[in-house]
Amino acid sequence: MSSLYSDLITSDRAEALKYELTEEERAEIIAEIGHYENPRAASIEALKIVQKRQGWVPDEAIPAVAEVLGIPASDVEGVATFYSQIFRQPVGRHIIRLCDSMVCFINGYETLRGKIKSELGIDVGQTTSDDRFTLIPVVCLGNCDKSPAMMVDDDTYSNLSPDNLMSVLEAYK
Amino acid sequence: MSLITPVTSGLTSLGTCNSMPRAPETHPLTWRLNDDASPIFLDEYRSKNGYEGARRALTELTPDQVAAEVKEAGIKGRGGAGFPAGVKWSLTMKGEGIPRGYLLCNADEMEPNTYKDRMLMEQQPHLLIEGMIIAAYANNSYRGYIFLRGEYVHAAANLRYAVEEARAAGLLGKDIFGTGFDFDLFVHTGAGRYICGEETALINSLEGKRANPRAKPPFPGQSGAWGKPTVVNNVETLCNVPAVMANGIEWFHGLCREGSEDHGTKLMGFTGKVRNPGLWELPFGITAREVLEDYAGGMRDGLKLKAFQPGGAGTDFLPASNIDIQMCSNGFGAIRSRMGTALALAMDETCSIVSVIRNIEEFMAHESCGWCTPCRDGLPWSVKLLRAIEAGEGRPGDIELLEEIVHNAGPGNTFCALAPGAISPLGSAIRYFRDEFEAGIRSSSVQASPAAAHPSLGTA
Ligand SMILES: Cc1cc2nc3c(=O)[nH]c(=O)nc-3n(C[C@H](O)[C@H](O)[C@H](O)COP(=O)(O)O)c2cc1C
Ligand code: SF4
Ligand code: FES
Repeated sequence: MSSLYSDLITSDRAEALKYELTEEERAEIIAEIGHYENPRAASIEALKIVQKRQGWVPDEAIPAVAEVLGIPASDVEGVATFYSQIFRQPVGRHIIRLCDSMVCFINGYETLRGKIKSELGIDVGQTTSDDRFTLIPVVCLGNCDKSPAMMVDDDTYSNLSPDNLMSVLEAYK
Repeated sequence: MSLITPVTSGLTSLGTCNSMPRAPETHPLTWRLNDDASPIFLDEYRSKNGYEGARRALTELTPDQVAAEVKEAGIKGRGGAGFPAGVKWSLTMKGEGIPRGYLLCNADEMEPNTYKDRMLMEQQPHLLIEGMIIAAYANNSYRGYIFLRGEYVHAAANLRYAVEEARAAGLLGKDIFGTGFDFDLFVHTGAGRYICGEETALINSLEGKRANPRAKPPFPGQSGAWGKPTVVNNVETLCNVPAVMANGIEWFHGLCREGSEDHGTKLMGFTGKVRNPGLWELPFGITAREVLEDYAGGMRDGLKLKAFQPGGAGTDFLPASNIDIQMCSNGFGAIRSRMGTALALAMDETCSIVSVIRNIEEFMAHESCGWCTPCRDGLPWSVKLLRAIEAGEGRPGDIELLEEIVHNAGPGNTFCALAPGAISPLGSAIRYFRDEFEAGIRSSSVQASPAAAHPSLGTA
C-alpha cells in the first residue's frame, strides 16, 4: 500500500475518511472478477461501479476497491488516473461529453462550445454553479456521419446546431 | 431469460447502411440489416443463415484448415493496418503442451472519423459472435473478450444480450455444435484512451494495467494476455469470417473490383463537407470519387473539394487531384500512402488545413502514452507551432521544425504506431498544402492569417 493511503488510514481522520462500499457494489465487483484470469483485470470495471454512485471516484474509494481486488492501492490509483473516463473530481448531476475531434471540429464544435459557455457559463472541465452540468471533453464518439455529436450521460445526440443544442440540454434537470 | 435489456430502437448507428440497396451475394456485412436499424438477435439471425459458417467450420474443418481458408480468402485486418488475418492465425502458437489462449476483439474504435464497428455491434451482434467462435476455433482460444470503448453503451447492451442468447443456445460454452470445442466470451468495456486500441496496449489494459504498449517480440500470438497465446482482431475483420466459411473462397474473391489486391467488401464512409455523410458496404477497388459522388452525394452546395483524408485521423491529407484513387491497399500503396479504415473526410476551400491538422495533433498529443521521446515531446511541440501558424504568428523556420518533428516521429523511431500515424497527416499536409502553412508565418510575403481567412474555423 502506498504511503499516501497508509497515512490516511493511520491518521485521526481515518474514521471520517473511511469509504464503505455497499453490499451491492461489492457483489458487482466480485461478479466482474469472475470474468477474468485474476482480480486485477477487474480494476477498471470496479472503478466504474464505484463511479456510478456519485458520478466520480473520490480518493477514499481507492483503498476500498484495492481491498476487494486484493492488489495495492497504488496500482488502483495508477489505473484510475490513466483512463480519462474515470473522474477524480466532483462532477455535476449530468455530464455533457462534447466531441472535439476533427469531423465535429470542421462541423462547428467551437460554436457549440461557445454556446454552452454563454448559456450555461461553463467551459470544458467546468461544472455549473447549480451542479447541474459538467462539460467534459471527449474524443470522436464514432458518430461522425451525424456530426457534430455529443453525449449527455448515456444518451448520444447527433446533428447538433446552436439552435437545437439548448433544447436537448433542457431535458436534463 | 435475461437480466440485460437490449436497445431495440433509437440506435445511433441508424444510417445509410440501412437504406442502401444490398443483397446476400454482394453485401455479406449488411444484407441482414433492418431498414429501421432494429438489432438482429438470435432467431432473426438464424433465419437469415446465421451461424451456418460457424457450423461448417467447426463440424467440417480442422482448426488449421479454417486458418488456411481465411488465409487463402485473403481477409485483411480492417482495424487500419491491413495485416492478413489468416497469416496471423497461422502464427498463433498451439499444440501439445501449449496452453489454450485468448481471442481479443478490438472494439475500441476511438480514432477520429471511425464509426463502422459501432454499427456492426449495435445492429448485428451475432455476426461478430459467430466470427469470434470461428476465430477461436482456428486459434485454439478458450476465452474471448470484446474490448469495447466505454461510450458505446448501446453496443454493450446488445452484445451482452446476444452473448447470453448464444450461451443459452449452446453456441458459447461447452461442446459447441457437439464437437467438444469449448469457448466462452465476455464484453469488457474500456475507460477512454486511444492508445488502448494498439493491440499490445489493449492487452495491458485488459489485464487491468495502464495501457502502455508492450515490446515485440514476443508477439501476442506467442505470449499475450496473461502470458498465453493471444489473437487480436478488429470487429469488422471478424465479421467477415462467417460468410467466407459459409459461401467459400471463390465467392469472396468475386466481390472486389478489378485491380484490387484486397478481397471482399469494406465498410466505407465519407464525412465532412459532403451532402450526405454516411457509411456504406462497398467493394474494395471502388474509387474514392464514386464513394464521394455516388454515395455521399458530392460536396455540399457550392463547395469545392480541396483535400480528403481516406481513412481516419492517422492517414494522409491528399489533394483533390487524387480523388480517382482506388479504395484498396495497393491503390494507396502506389502513391506511398495508406488507406487506413476507408472512412474518408472531405475538406473544402473554407476548411483551414492548418486548423484541422492542429486539431488532429492536439488529439494525438493528448493520447500519447508518453513512453517515447519523439511522441511525448514532439507531438505537443507540433501543436505549439501549429497554433502559432494558425494565429498568423509562426516564425521563419517553424515549417522546417515541423518537418523535423515529422521525421523524428516517423516509422521505426517509436515503440508503437501511434506516433507515425499521428504525424503522417502533418507531413502530407505540409507536402501538398505548404502555402497554407507559409501564410501563417509572420514575416512571409503572404500576410493573411489562415484563421482570419476562414471564419468558419475560429482559433481555440
Ligand atoms: C494508437 C493505435 C490505436 C489503434 N486503435 C485501434 C482500434 O480502435 N481498433 C482496431 O481494430 N485497431 C486499432 N489499432 C490497430 C491494432 O493495433 C491492431 O493492428 C488491430 O487491432 C489488429 O486487428 P486487425 O488485423 O483485424 O485489423 C490501433 C493501433 C494504434 C497504433
Ligand atoms: S509512440 Fe507514443 S503512444 Fe506509442 S509507445 Fe511511444 S509514446 Fe506511447
Ligand atoms: S469526430 Fe465527432 S463523432 Fe467523430
